[in-house]
Amino acid sequence: MPSEPNPEINHVLEFPGGYTRSTGPVIGRFLTELRAGRIVGVRTAARKVLVPPLEYDPATGEPVVADDFVEVGPAGTVREWTWVEEPRKNHPLDRPFAWALIRLDGADTSLVHAIDAPAKAMRTGLRVWPRWRHDRIGSITDIECFVPEVTTIVANVRTEYTVTPGAALKRYLDALTRNVFLAGRCSTCAAVYVPYRLSCPQCGSVIEDEVEVGPAGTVTTFAINNLPDPRAPQVPFVSAYILLDGADTPIIALLGSVAAGEVTEGMRVRAVFEGGTVKWFAPEREA
Amino acid sequence: MRPVAVAAFAQTTHTDHDSGLSEPELILPVIRAVREQSGLTEFGFTCSGSCDYLAGAPFSFVSALDALGAWPPIQESHVEMDAAFALYEAWVRLQHGDVDSALVYGFGKSSMGDLREIMTLQLDPYYLAPLGLDQLSYAGLQRSAVQGDFPAIARRSWESAQTNPYALKLPEPVETAPITDGAAAIVLVAGDLLHDRTNLAYINGIAHRIDPHYPGMRDLTRSASAAAAATAAGVGKGPVDVAELHVQFAHEETVLAEALGLSGDTLINPSGGPLAANPVMATGLIRIGEAASRVMDGTAARAVAHAASGPCLQHNLVAVLSRES
Repeated sequence: MPSEPNPEINHVLEFPGGYTRSTGPVIGRFLTELRAGRIVGVRTAARKVLVPPLEYDPATGEPVVADDFVEVGPAGTVREWTWVEEPRKNHPLDRPFAWALIRLDGADTSLVHAIDAPAKAMRTGLRVWPRWRHDRIGSITDIECFVPEVTTIVANVRTEYTVTPGAALKRYLDALTRNVFLAGRCSTCAAVYVPYRLSCPQCGSVIEDEVEVGPAGTVTTFAINNLPDPRAPQVPFVSAYILLDGADTPIIALLGSVAAGEVTEGMRVRAVFEGGTVKWFAPEREA
Repeated sequence: MRPVAVAAFAQTTHTDHDSGLSEPELILPVIRAVREQSGLTEFGFTCSGSCDYLAGAPFSFVSALDALGAWPPIQESHVEMDAAFALYEAWVRLQHGDVDSALVYGFGKSSMGDLREIMTLQLDPYYLAPLGLDQLSYAGLQRSAVQGDFPAIARRSWESAQTNPYALKLPEPVETAPITDGAAAIVLVAGDLLHDRTNLAYINGIAHRIDPHYPGMRDLTRSASAAAAATAAGVGKGPVDVAELHVQFAHEETVLAEALGLSGDTLINPSGGPLAANPVMATGLIRIGEAASRVMDGTAARAVAHAASGPCLQHNLVAVLSRES
């Protein structure tokens, strides 16, 4: 064994322009049909449809029936498939994809091709259609790949509005800018509602008493949220119903300065104001 | 059939990297070893198996003849296939009856290029090669068709390889044969050369069969050609103690064991098989050499060797070896 390092050189084997190969009448017909955007198979003496076509029946070695071409697909069903997480430079797609054996409708053999679909969509039995290249030359790669059948669509909704808070809520929000929770007391029911409102939701009486409640209160129930929210202090974060001192109905608000796992029902909290509104509530000992 | 036996077998200590040896330099020691084992310095016929695309040089197999000293001119042939198929040609040549010895060798340095894409070049140029379908991808298609405990096959192969000094020292079991550089050689004898030799492994049956090339034209869960070759070679005519199978992917063992009709009593790939060392173009020949070695050392009364070529086990060769002809 040589003990000294061997010099290494890069060596490229390439046939400029590639080999020119004749297709013969059967493969030539298939490639010509591909160029026209059609997929054909050829019938054997046993009436089997070979796709892609061969000049002979692989089962018997007998020549296929001359000129008995039949259009198949273009859709087909995935049989075996294998996932490629890191495509090679010679692969048909530059992102993760699947190789598959596809039984085109009307064919008795399976076509090897690539499938552009998410990994989680891949399964035996998946229905797929070809994605054709725009500029076709008569090559198996005139089909860029196959893609799943359309089974769902995405319906987007987006409309814009101009909203106002209404008379009562405007008074409540104005009060918040002064770090005050404004509530309304129904003299008939003797109940204090926050946010402030113009009428009692129980008896319908006009509310005339304005009272201030909070800014401390008690957590009555809460939820731990694991999806990020730009207003929340962190993930996971807690949204809670808080019964402000002096009120009979709770309001919903975020909790801050406390880990989600430390929140309990009955916990005493106090509002933290910032920018003319309630940022969140924090445990009273720290507020 | 004229009786033919394996009289000598040698292989390199395979490497997972380019050890710096040229191909003739890689072959030289195994040729020397089989000459010593067989006591023969010249052979009636010589046949090699290799793939020029592994080195990227046309007729690279011709320069490999430098390792033999092929002057004055010798009767020589070559297959652009695994050397197991060169051994088949040598076996056929010995059937003619005019020569009694044959040297067969195979070699490959997969480290020099990208084996997975070199294997794309063996695919048909109309339907498969333009897609860039590589070796791992078409093997993946067959794997998805086959049911079996592939990690267990990988583990058993890896454990068996621990006592094989020629195999790679892999840190853990693998389901895909590792990139390997190496070579191997076998000497076959017939006629008068069978006499006065005690350590022989007779080739009592050998055959190869081929399936359609295109994977979509086949049932990938089974290998009809391996089954047909096994029947023609007579695998089922007696118990099989050892089978050395050309398993480049763990799932291929499942397919082959069924095709060859192997029972649970057969020890499969006691060398570790190709999952422990895969010097492409020598790997199949090594299966015959390993099976012959088990017969010669008495651990197997009857052994089967298998070699494959083409995508998804397209082409299969099966040989049956035993102590007596």
